[in-house]
Amino acid sequence: MTSALLFAFSGVAVIAIGLFGLIGRWRIERRVIAFNLVGSGMFLLFGAVAARRAGVDADPVPQAMIITGIVVAFSATALFVALIERLVAETGRSTLPEDTPDEDA
Amino acid sequence: MTPVLFDAGLCVLILGVALASVIVREAFAAIAFFIVYGLLVAIAWTRLDAVDVALAEVAIGAGLTGALFVGAMSRIAQAAEAQAAPRRHPERLAVVGALLLCGGAGAALIFTVLQLPEVAVSLASLAEANLALTGVTNKVTAVLINFRGYDTLLESVVLLVALIGVWSATPDRFWGGPPGLQLAMTQDSVLGFFGAILPPVGFVVGAYLIWIGSSAPGGAFQGGTVWAAMLLLAVLAGLIDPPLVSKRSLRFGLVLGPALFLAIGIAGIFRGSFLGLDPPIAKTLTLAIEVGLAVSIAATLALLVIGKPRRAA
Amino acid sequence: MTWATGLLAPDQPWAPLLVATPLAAALAAVPFGRRAPLLLVALTPFSGALAVLAIAQVWSHGEIVYHVGGWPPPLGITLRIDGLSAVFIATTALVATGVALFSLPKYGRQSKGETRAAFAFWPLLFAMWAGLNAVFVSNDLFNLYVALELLTLTAVALVALDGKPKTIAAAIRYLLFALTGSLAYLLGVIFLYGVFGSLDISALAISASPHAVVLAAGVVMTTGLLAKTALFPLHGWLPPAHSGAPAPASAMLSALVVKASFFIILRLWFTALPMAASAAFLQLLASLGAVAIVFGSVLALRQNKLKLIVAYSTVAQLGYLFLMFPLAGGGNEMQSWAASAWTGGVFQALAHATAKAAMFLAVGAMIEAAGEDRLDRLTGIAHGVPVAVFAFGLASLSLMGLPPSGGFIAKYLLLTSALASGQWWWAAVMIAGGLLAAAYLFRPLSRALAEADPKLFTPVPRLQQFIPLALAALSVLLGIFSAQPYALLQIGRVPGASEGLP
Repeated sequence: MTSALLFAFSGVAVIAIGLFGLIGRWRIERRVIAFNLVGSGMFLLFGAVAARRAGVDADPVPQAMIITGIVVAFSATALFVALIERLVAETGRSTLPEDTPDEDA
Repeated sequence: MTPVLFDAGLCVLILGVALASVIVREAFAAIAFFIVYGLLVAIAWTRLDAVDVALAEVAIGAGLTGALFVGAMSRIAQAAEAQAAPRRHPERLAVVGALLLCGGAGAALIFTVLQLPEVAVSLASLAEANLALTGVTNKVTAVLINFRGYDTLLESVVLLVALIGVWSATPDRFWGGPPGLQLAMTQDSVLGFFGAILPPVGFVVGAYLIWIGSSAPGGAFQGGTVWAAMLLLAVLAGLIDPPLVSKRSLRFGLVLGPALFLAIGIAGIFRGSFLGLDPPIAKTLTLAIEVGLAVSIAATLALLVIGKPRRAA
Repeated sequence: MTWATGLLAPDQPWAPLLVATPLAAALAAVPFGRRAPLLLVALTPFSGALAVLAIAQVWSHGEIVYHVGGWPPPLGITLRIDGLSAVFIATTALVATGVALFSLPKYGRQSKGETRAAFAFWPLLFAMWAGLNAVFVSNDLFNLYVALELLTLTAVALVALDGKPKTIAAAIRYLLFALTGSLAYLLGVIFLYGVFGSLDISALAISASPHAVVLAAGVVMTTGLLAKTALFPLHGWLPPAHSGAPAPASAMLSALVVKASFFIILRLWFTALPMAASAAFLQLLASLGAVAIVFGSVLALRQNKLKLIVAYSTVAQLGYLFLMFPLAGGGNEMQSWAASAWTGGVFQALAHATAKAAMFLAVGAMIEAAGEDRLDRLTGIAHGVPVAVFAFGLASLSLMGLPPSGGFIAKYLLLTSALASGQWWWAAVMIAGGLLAAAYLFRPLSRALAEADPKLFTPVPRLQQFIPLALAALSVLLGIFSAQPYALLQIGRVPGASEGLP
């Protein structure tokens, strides 16, 4: 088993772990961490899959895409966190209301 | 120790820390584990011969994201203390169900990975062949700024949009005020000490990273993030005040990178193609784009971590 | 006229400029937010001209391919405009211009210094426009990912713009769904790169084969995109988000943003991986669409707030879009009804875009006049904002599928394809959907047309009433002048029957 394959499997495992964190009924701020894990695991999977293909010379295109992905993920996380903070400041709770949108007539 | 054994050990650590950050009860512990996870993944990237990615991961993925979380958690904990939500213990059955679902998904993914063809063909050779036309020797920088610069341009706008979104999440009454919290910090404290010494050093390190990115791992994102970290340090130490969100010069700084990139791209139309960098001046253009991007990235990232205005002007 | 032929030459850079122009406007709006009206005056003619040029270019030369930076794939990113892109680009230009003009009274005048919402609105709107065009011209799967993220962040920020707790919660739920969708999409992209070493859609079209990994990647990507398009059962985020956003934002979201992810699904299954689509999968997509039509319509009937009615109507109308998959794809490409189904589905997207934008803007005007959107407060609003109510009614024609609107042509094309191909059950669903749409749109309309004292309502600027009327008129014009768009849409289709049913 090559190193690249090992990292690919690890990436998959991290995705699964992150997915577990997402599904569980955690508060939203824990879900953001889980989101980041899923994203990071995907990047790891991508890099490992690309490394498997590349052989000796590292393939720069997936690496550039992953860097782009890391920045984009950070942007989304920052927005996510700002919205959660605002929700907590307004309602004091950090869970999404489960009620349907047409609750008041 | 053979390389594979080392990698196997690294993977075990990575998985353990990731699991811990999901399972552990306290939010701050989860963040701590997440940061460590980021550091370990950065090591994994070096093992995969992706040093530029490792730099980006450790700086943005582990460092800035961790800082973002820590700041957020403390504010969320403060506000949520007022209302004690009942602790909900998930039922045994639900946990098992979730485990099975995720385990199944993981297994399916592993199976798919094993189905991938074992072809040893990649774009590395193509990139290598065209590298001379780009004026740089770092292939990743060539891809980011030259071959696939269009993606980078869009991504720099994504960063800016995120900041606008973060700023607009502030209540109306705080608009126009300085972002972040008011910190009372004296010059004598440890933070004040390092806040005075490190930023100049960090500025040089960041500039070096940007410069060296054309021939060695580095570049606008890596250098810009170091700059952002120094800005954050200076703000946290109370040495500089975060500028008001309405300050014109700040806004120009935020759009400088994408605007310069876009302008060079449109100018390229007259010489051949949108975002086409003429080979004779490609290196200069690349450097100009990277410096511009780094300035905007530094400002945007720092402001994203500092957060939205929380007090009136 | 040689200069005209020169303008339309295949190597002209209209494709990248379509993205660059709104991007420039977005960047300029950050430091110069107070000059928003000026920016708009500069932007509108440019973007309009570019859209016209793009359409003319495709019309005369067929599919246009542009290599960004001069780098051919798989190293570089390729842009491609075909008939499908052209009609979406044109619709985006029309709707976005209308929305921007509509928003001038509310966000354009900043006499007392800058306000938060006015600062944020313009860069977000223009960046969203750039993101939409970026999706419609892109031929690279990773580039599409970045464009999708741009759309998601601008959309979420616009939803959260008014800052009320329920709206913030709606924005967070939207972000959750959208990010999960993006990650699922990315997963598919990773596997496709693993198999082919390229993410260029045209390259995939040539080398793709019905490999299990390819199908799995396609399914995962589609699932992610379905979350962004709010197809049942992944629609839960849409009603609160689209009803909680400010009216101009709701218009952009319902009309265009959800169509962008749908556009990518079309590209995926009709251009990139058509042979990997199994008949069962396509039937599943259409079945979900059918459920969405019925479910969304029934829920729309139960709402008491006008914006929620319109939002649930979006959920229902999006269902029609997916009926085209088993009719136009999955081995049907050479059948005579394939072109009708394809065109019908796209017409539905375009007619819905203009009609729904008109509807949300008209509702915005009504809310300005009445203060809120609860149905019992809107009794007789036609006396307050008659033009807006007329626009609402005109737009309803298209949603119900009544002639001569674009919605009628769309549903007619889909209906005849369904009957011709023997899949009559879709026809039944469409007829039911039309009846239900009439029901849930009749409720607010009849209320609006009731007797009331005009002095009860706040006067609303003429501009804000006539823009929805113009957009609603467009949705009707699409039906009247449908021949040219029909022909335009056939340009660039993966080889298949291009002659439709009589």
